[in-house]
Amino acid sequence: MNVLQPIGRFVLAFFATAGRFAIFTGHGISHCARPPFYPRMVLRQMVEIGYFSLPVVGLTALFAGMVLALQSYTGFARFSAESAIANVVVLSITRELGPVLAGLMVAGRIGASMAAEIGTMRVTEQVDALTTLNTNPMKYLVAPRLIAGLTMLPFLVLLADVIGVFGGYLVAIYKLGFNPSNYLQRTWDFLEAQDVISGLVKASVFGFIITLMGCYHGYHSRGGAQGVGAATTNAVVSASILILCFDYILTEIFFAQ
Amino acid sequence: MTENSTKITLRGVHKSFGSKVVLNGLDLDVGVGESVVVIGGSGVGKSVMLKCILGLLDADTGSIRVDNEEVVGSGTKTREHINRKFGMLFQGAALFDSLPVWENVTFGLLAEKRVTRDEAREIGTAKLAQVGLSAEVGELHPAELSGGMQKRVALARAIAADPEVIFFDEPTTGLDPIMADVINDLIIKITREVGATALSITHDMASARKIAHRIAMIYEGKIIWAGPVGDIDTSGNAHVDQFINGRAEGPIKMAVRA
Repeated sequence: MNVLQPIGRFVLAFFATAGRFAIFTGHGISHCARPPFYPRMVLRQMVEIGYFSLPVVGLTALFAGMVLALQSYTGFARFSAESAIANVVVLSITRELGPVLAGLMVAGRIGASMAAEIGTMRVTEQVDALTTLNTNPMKYLVAPRLIAGLTMLPFLVLLADVIGVFGGYLVAIYKLGFNPSNYLQRTWDFLEAQDVISGLVKASVFGFIITLMGCYHGYHSRGGAQGVGAATTNAVVSASILILCFDYILTEIFFAQ
Repeated sequence: MTENSTKITLRGVHKSFGSKVVLNGLDLDVGVGESVVVIGGSGVGKSVMLKCILGLLDADTGSIRVDNEEVVGSGTKTREHINRKFGMLFQGAALFDSLPVWENVTFGLLAEKRVTRDEAREIGTAKLAQVGLSAEVGELHPAELSGGMQKRVALARAIAADPEVIFFDEPTTGLDPIMADVINDLIIKITREVGATALSITHDMASARKIAHRIAMIYEGKIIWAGPVGDIDTSGNAHVDQFINGRAEGPIKMAVRA
């Protein structure tokens, strides 16, 4: 009996959390589509996610592209396939590294700050204050963040793609001695629209996951500073895991033969 | 109290969290234009009662009526209609950190698009003046204000839409005695000016004596005594006597864990 009790408690808690999360997601999505809308809040979140994340995403993509070119060169040299570097860099960046690295960086930056902000609002009764002022917190706090995450991550990933490919180009040309026009030609010839589009779709999904996790954990935080701290950690960890999980699922959908 | 002269009526309100019963058949009447203060120790259900009236929590059973309109189990539209009658001063002020003071004060009006931003700024300044704050304060952010000023701003926000009922959750908690008295005076002045009904919860007896027409004491999820403020010292209720005199000995046993 004593052994079964904790198992039962865990199962019940799991289903309660899953149910709460499903309801929260449903409400969040429905409030994105139903008036009243808060365009100022959406704009503020778009600037926060899209503009202020640019440096961190740009730098990550630049170094990822540079490392990729260098690693590919040293690896491919073993079977004389150095010329494939341009193809490898552009495919890896657009299909995989651009969206995933941007997603993980934004999860750390935005997911954490959203969970901390909404969590603090929750424990200081600001969320309750919204309700008493006839403002639905899901509509005012959650929906604008979901919309901003969904729309701004593709924009960030598009820039990350360009910067990442440029990083590979820098290393290939100035360190490894490739011909610039040949490198660019190979990059361009090998790239297909689906490579970029799949990356952008992934970015949208990751943006939704990051903001949803930040909002969900912040919204349900309890117990003062410790609760807000736990919400922040949970938001980043759960968003990161879900990004990698959905990355596989979306890759299967797009590219599995 | 007749039905027409009653603003808020609670009958048999129950609220539990798991196995913990917080409200256990609570009855309370608040008359139109009356200031009722609910007193009681920590954790006896004062805040839960307030949250049930405000719709922040759903009562399990019982009836909560505002102007004869049922709150328990009401839909979103009814809830919004009832909430428009309310103003609320939260214990910790609960001001929105990201917004300047004037926008905090007029948040409800702006959110419902009842006024333009220019009109809101004017209203904000006027409401701040009502609580003794200058227009310059309106341009600051909540983090730049002292605790007392934050309470005043929260009070200005509570009266911004000229509510019919104002709720005060521990209005003087965390303030020094002088600032607490300033807030008490403001509460009396403001409720009189707005002509609002007031329902406060507190365990500050000085505050309760000053702002209340009637006092009710909550214990174990029920109102165990209610009467005019002048009768509180002669209530004849041992629980009330122990509470208002702040005695450790008496029928109220505080759970103290070693």
